[in-house]
Amino acid sequence: MNNYLLIPFLPLAAFLINILLGRNFLKEKAHWVSILAVAGSWVVAVMTLVDTMAGKTINQDLYSWIVSGNFKVSVGFLIDQLTVVMLIVVTTCSTLIHIYSVGYMHGDKGYYRFFAYLSLFTFCMLMLVMANNFLQLYFGWEGVGLCSYFLIGYYFDKKSASDAGKKAFIVNRFGDFGFGIGIFMIFLTFGTIYYEPVFAQAGGFANNTVNFLGYDVHLMTLIALLLFCGSVGKSAQMPLHVWLPDAMEGPTPVSALIHAATMVTAGVFLVARCSPIFSLSETALMVVALTGAITSLFAATIGLVQNDIKRIIAYSTISQLGYMFLACGVGAYSAGVFHLYTHAFFKALLFLCAGSVMHAMAGELNLQKMGGLKKYMPVTYLTMLLASLSIAGVPGFAGFFSKDEILWLAYSGPSPVGKLVWAIGTVVAFLTAFYSFRLIFLTFHGKFRGTHEQEHHLHESPKVMTIPLILLCVGAIASGWVGIPHLLGGGAHFTEFMKPVLGHPEGHGTHSEEWMVMAVSVIAGFSGIGLAALFYLVRTDIPVKLAAGLSGVHKLLFNKYYVDEFYSFLIVRPAIWTAKNILIGITDAKIIEAIVNGVPKAIGGFSQVIRKVQTGFLQHYATIMATGILIIIALMLLR
Amino acid sequence: MPFVMPDLRPVLPEIVMTVLALAILLADLVIKRKETIAFLSIVGVALVTYVLPGSMGTTFNGMFLSDGYSMFFKLIFMLNVILTVLISVKYIVIEKVNFGEYYALILFSTLGMMLMASAGDLIVLYLGLELMALSTYILAGFIRYDIKSNEAAMKYFLLGAFASAFLLYGTSMIYGLTGTTDLKAISAYIVANGLSGNPVLMLSMILFAVAFSFKIAAVPFHMWAPDAYEGAPTSITAFMSVGPKAAGFAVLGRVFLIAFGSVKLEWSAVLVPIAILTMGVGNIVALSQTNIKRMLAYSSIAHAGYILLGIIAGTSDGMASVLTYMLIYAFMNIGAFAVVIMLRSEGFKGDNITDYEGLSKTHPLAAALMLVFMFSLTGIPPTAGFMGKFYVFMSAINAGYTWVVIIAVMFSAISAYFYLRVVMYMYMKEPKETVQLSTSPAIGLALAITVIAVLFIGISPSTVVNLARAAVSGF
Repeated sequence: MNNYLLIPFLPLAAFLINILLGRNFLKEKAHWVSILAVAGSWVVAVMTLVDTMAGKTINQDLYSWIVSGNFKVSVGFLIDQLTVVMLIVVTTCSTLIHIYSVGYMHGDKGYYRFFAYLSLFTFCMLMLVMANNFLQLYFGWEGVGLCSYFLIGYYFDKKSASDAGKKAFIVNRFGDFGFGIGIFMIFLTFGTIYYEPVFAQAGGFANNTVNFLGYDVHLMTLIALLLFCGSVGKSAQMPLHVWLPDAMEGPTPVSALIHAATMVTAGVFLVARCSPIFSLSETALMVVALTGAITSLFAATIGLVQNDIKRIIAYSTISQLGYMFLACGVGAYSAGVFHLYTHAFFKALLFLCAGSVMHAMAGELNLQKMGGLKKYMPVTYLTMLLASLSIAGVPGFAGFFSKDEILWLAYSGPSPVGKLVWAIGTVVAFLTAFYSFRLIFLTFHGKFRGTHEQEHHLHESPKVMTIPLILLCVGAIASGWVGIPHLLGGGAHFTEFMKPVLGHPEGHGTHSEEWMVMAVSVIAGFSGIGLAALFYLVRTDIPVKLAAGLSGVHKLLFNKYYVDEFYSFLIVRPAIWTAKNILIGITDAKIIEAIVNGVPKAIGGFSQVIRKVQTGFLQHYATIMATGILIIIALMLLR
Repeated sequence: MPFVMPDLRPVLPEIVMTVLALAILLADLVIKRKETIAFLSIVGVALVTYVLPGSMGTTFNGMFLSDGYSMFFKLIFMLNVILTVLISVKYIVIEKVNFGEYYALILFSTLGMMLMASAGDLIVLYLGLELMALSTYILAGFIRYDIKSNEAAMKYFLLGAFASAFLLYGTSMIYGLTGTTDLKAISAYIVANGLSGNPVLMLSMILFAVAFSFKIAAVPFHMWAPDAYEGAPTSITAFMSVGPKAAGFAVLGRVFLIAFGSVKLEWSAVLVPIAILTMGVGNIVALSQTNIKRMLAYSSIAHAGYILLGIIAGTSDGMASVLTYMLIYAFMNIGAFAVVIMLRSEGFKGDNITDYEGLSKTHPLAAALMLVFMFSLTGIPPTAGFMGKFYVFMSAINAGYTWVVIIAVMFSAISAYFYLRVVMYMYMKEPKETVQLSTSPAIGLALAITVIAVLFIGISPSTVVNLARAAVSGF
């Protein structure tokens, strides 16, 4: 049974067909190929899920590219519980978003190109999650990064879009550099890049240290942190989070698929996949947990005051990704993956709803110019409301279960920073509920604040867009039901399912403590919603006054803690200044020019000199040969 | 002394080849359509290839060895003939040298190469080498009315004779020292009498190194190559850049690893500087070439330098990587020459690099093919060229020559400049004049074979690598 091969290769085939035939033949029909392929992948993924639930896992090499000694480069697949969850998330979201794009991208001049890249992205993402070795993981990792670059800069004639694409790509270089070194370290340590032997042997290196830049460092901590560098970049964690808000320049379906549901969660997947390595290093886990917690708080506070509908959701994504890392960092990998899985549905839904709103508002992104859209777009309103309830952690919705699991395991787990990150997580839960409902109230309630022309055009999106919304909404509500905790009479099936790969997190606490944690997070969520209602429905004057009263704080948050400015000051401008004055002025003109022109000139001159040796005269040639022999003989004699 | 009929099975491919070459020479008298002769040559070569696997064995008292090693090289030679004939059919009409003996000479030359690959004795080796060389000299000067072609042949011949003299000198010294010309016996004698530091042995080893360096066009014995490559008919340039070079490596490997196996330390000290020089001069001088044939000539020199690393490694993995590289090189180099040949048309030479400007606009397919071959020659994955380099470099690193490999990789980076310059001309410049392509089904077939091979080996190298490893296992 090699059906599972279809999962990545159907989208690849769709990409090839679209990129080769799209421009001239498929044109407006380009979506069919992609949708059928991705839907096909989804069907096979579901079949694979059934197999895996029956206990069948696959770890097999498909084909070897290079074999040389113990270095082997091959394409191989590992399909276990973790992979299968990712497969379901990726193919489900991808299929629905492909369908949604038919409506959203209708009439765009690069229609075939859009679908081609979307399929290529799906292929790379599937290769990433299905890999059974680090090199293939890296291939998929860079592949999705490349597709992300293509798609953020999809409207490449718009400068901000192509700049955002570049920014995403360059910021990710920082993380991937560490990730790459991490993989080298793994190969050096274990002599292989395959998951299975690496994870099996990892325990044996638990106490090894290695000399790194002159310091003796705990080996597993080093490897784990290097791998985590990649995660920080890809999953937009602090301090490399700056690219994700800008990535919103891409078409909204791209934001939903790549920058919410799938690619950005690859970092969490990486940590979960490498849990045998991370678990050997308390330091690394602590770094992961704190990075996640701080990022989630940081991004949530920024989200409070933004006005760009997509950027709010982007900060929300960063914040929720932080949540997932927080979970992994306290050793609750399966809770992290559980949140990844529920988050994919409600966050993709939020983005698609935002896209639907933009569609109605002719591309308007500013919340302050919306309002009262409820009556014009009931489906969008309802689905977005439900998604927001889910992200706010209202009991019964998917987000509630995964968030609660994370908070409980953080609180009760063995991690030394557990209580701290639990407290941060609870605050973030409150903030999340607040900004999510601020968005809902400002967009759909109250009076319309845009222009008359915009009001005239308001309409619900076509069915091809609303149906994916409804389907995703089902996921946003119900996807959490597979992980209802024992406390609420559920079976915690998700954790059980993940146990073979991610282990069983231990929580040490009484039932009453567990009730307490749950109650606090529910209260946090509801009070966030309530406060948002108060501010934006009842006393709309409060936020204005508050912003004026706390103008310093507001300004700080509104400007995203000036991180971009800080980087601009610290890295970008020095880099450009250096580039202009030192690199172009001195290095380029004097050194590189001396090298680039000089070496080729030297080489070229040398080339010309040796060329002159090539006189064309036979006797010269023979002389050179004879001289050559004499020199060799002389060298041998003098040896 | 009773005459014992030697076992002829191991030489069956050579016998068939001889008969074929003679038959073609005769057929030229009666067959007027030269395309038929080309076709017959290919059929004949296919027959030789067919009898090749059944010819395992040693005969003529060990003077002739037919083993996996020689078989693999003969495979390369057969491929070389077939591809050369395919790209020649139309080209020699354009050059107005459409004569039957053209094909006969190619076959004779190949026969010489086959003998070289199978030589277990220095005399057989010399015999094969001269047969190959003499036929190639004539082929290089085949365009009789063209002064450049004549010049090419003349230089190649005179310098070749010079190199042959060294070979004979080396042979005579080794005979004087050991009393034998049999490779295995030489080795045994050296070991048995502890001759490893013997100056006469060293001198003869150096002379062999020089003579073989000449054949593979290694610096500083490469001087003939650019002139000969440029002046010779392009199809013959393709032929020369693969066949004699492969044959040179076949004998280099055989003589140095078997006869001089015990003085490896000494000969690697000779070959390492030669390899570095070869890569250096090949790649650097290629930068300043404006004629594509000349550029490919220097490229061919540079590749000889890379391949030498496999010999220097001196391990069976190293030899396997040499075989692999040579096969890959045959595909990518003849492929590149096939594109070069297509640009030659009536009244248009098409061998300047500037002639490739805007080729992607006027002839997208030809440009795409050239792109693949240039990428492969540069060594960019997933083309076969990358694999060739990878295995050669890997074997050299495993044998402890990391520093040489670092130099090789640096030169390899330099080489990207002149290969990709062709790509840049094709894809980033506007066409100046419309270039006519001289296409034919034969050349189309050659291009299809080469491009598929280059991509296939690049994506799935294990078939070839395993074959090469098996070929050297009995070495």
